[in-house]
Amino acid sequence: MIKVKNLNFIYPNGKAVFKGIDFSLKKGEKVGLVGPNGSGKTTLFHLIMGLLTPSMGEIRIFGKPRNKESDFKEVRRRIGLLFQDSDDQLFCPTVEEDIAFGPLNLGKSAEEVRDIVSETCELLGLKGLEKQVTYRLSGGEKRLVALATVFAMRPECYLLDEPTTGLDEETTERIIKFLTEHADTYVIISHDHELIERVCDKVYRLNGGRLERVDKISLDKK
Amino acid sequence: MHLEEFAEGASLLHRLDPRVKFITLMAFILLTAVVKGLGLPLYALAVSTVLVAVARLPLRKLVNRLAVVNIFVLLLWIFIPFSYPGKELFSLGPLTVSQEGLLYVLSITMKTNAIVLATIAILGTSEIFSLAHALVHLRMPEKLVHLFFFFYRYISVLHEEYIKLKRAMTVRCFTPGTNMHTYRSFAYLVGMLLVRSYERSQRIYQAMLCRGFDGRFPLIRHFALTGKDIIFCILMVSLTVSMAMLVLL
Repeated sequence: MIKVKNLNFIYPNGKAVFKGIDFSLKKGEKVGLVGPNGSGKTTLFHLIMGLLTPSMGEIRIFGKPRNKESDFKEVRRRIGLLFQDSDDQLFCPTVEEDIAFGPLNLGKSAEEVRDIVSETCELLGLKGLEKQVTYRLSGGEKRLVALATVFAMRPECYLLDEPTTGLDEETTERIIKFLTEHADTYVIISHDHELIERVCDKVYRLNGGRLERVDKISLDKK
Repeated sequence: MHLEEFAEGASLLHRLDPRVKFITLMAFILLTAVVKGLGLPLYALAVSTVLVAVARLPLRKLVNRLAVVNIFVLLLWIFIPFSYPGKELFSLGPLTVSQEGLLYVLSITMKTNAIVLATIAILGTSEIFSLAHALVHLRMPEKLVHLFFFFYRYISVLHEEYIKLKRAMTVRCFTPGTNMHTYRSFAYLVGMLLVRSYERSQRIYQAMLCRGFDGRFPLIRHFALTGKDIIFCILMVSLTVSMAMLVLL
């Protein structure tokens, strides 16, 4: 699905994030991505989604090279990104409208969108919150709504940037349940080793500009 | 977003005391704004050009800024020569161009550019923080100074917030078009920006209160006049005064 070769990105201040990284994700893989703050995990996600342009290297997604903005249109339709900060994701006045935004952009009819919204809310346990104002929700609710806005587009693959950071156990369990039941291909950035242990088959560590495969067991032996 | 692009540098003007800068610039601008004719505006423009040269400003960026100002000046060129009463120079169909009108708009053009160039060369070469600081020292009302400073400080935060929300729209396949969905989405974007900035300002204010804010910023660093400042001050004042004397002649 995703194949990244010798990728690098240079920040406007001239600092390079990677020393040329290779990464690939196949259908059905559940990958955890760990690494210290500032190691470039989020940057990697943003490069895959075409929000940033790499300064070097190649990105192939769904078998095609992705270079221009127009190449990424299809990528964004088929890969869903959950932002690290839910506030970055939600901008519509109500929960319902925010969930409807993506499907509407995909050209779905009003009726289909209504069905998607109610199905999505049902699935993530957001029933009753549809008419709520997004910015007044609690942190956990915001996270679930943000996930709902991504899920509403029914992506084939998810990129989840710290999906459970700062959430209580119950909300974390809801997210884990969602992942195990409804998502089959994803990459999760997280500092929560227990979460990665439970929902990922493969773990990579990004550190000092390099990406390396690590054992799940070695995560706890630090 | 980078707003202080001219403040980076090490020229003589970059190192001057911002208090001196404010006082000398104000006098210069006031006089330039009121002089008439062509000679004195030209004189002011020459002074500004020298200041720009001394400040060693990046020419490209400077031209970009001047272009913005001169778009407004261009509008004057379209209207004033035709509407100002005076001796007819030539006519384009039913419209006549007056000599006085032409000279008048030429004078405005030179004055405008002189003022903008001088402001960039003198104030643009200081950081906003030290300018705000200088304004407090010059006994400007503190509330106005705070307003100015916070406005500057948070305009780039707001811009960042805007970029983030735009990203959120992009990853969900938003393509702007001429339809209700686009208008509504942009309206939401603007609305959310307003709500967020209001909330953020509340949080910042609370954080300031927690640290004992009582409506005043204590000043720790103080400015000290140096020989350079005094020489610059004398030079600018004498240039301005000589301009004023020429007006009286």
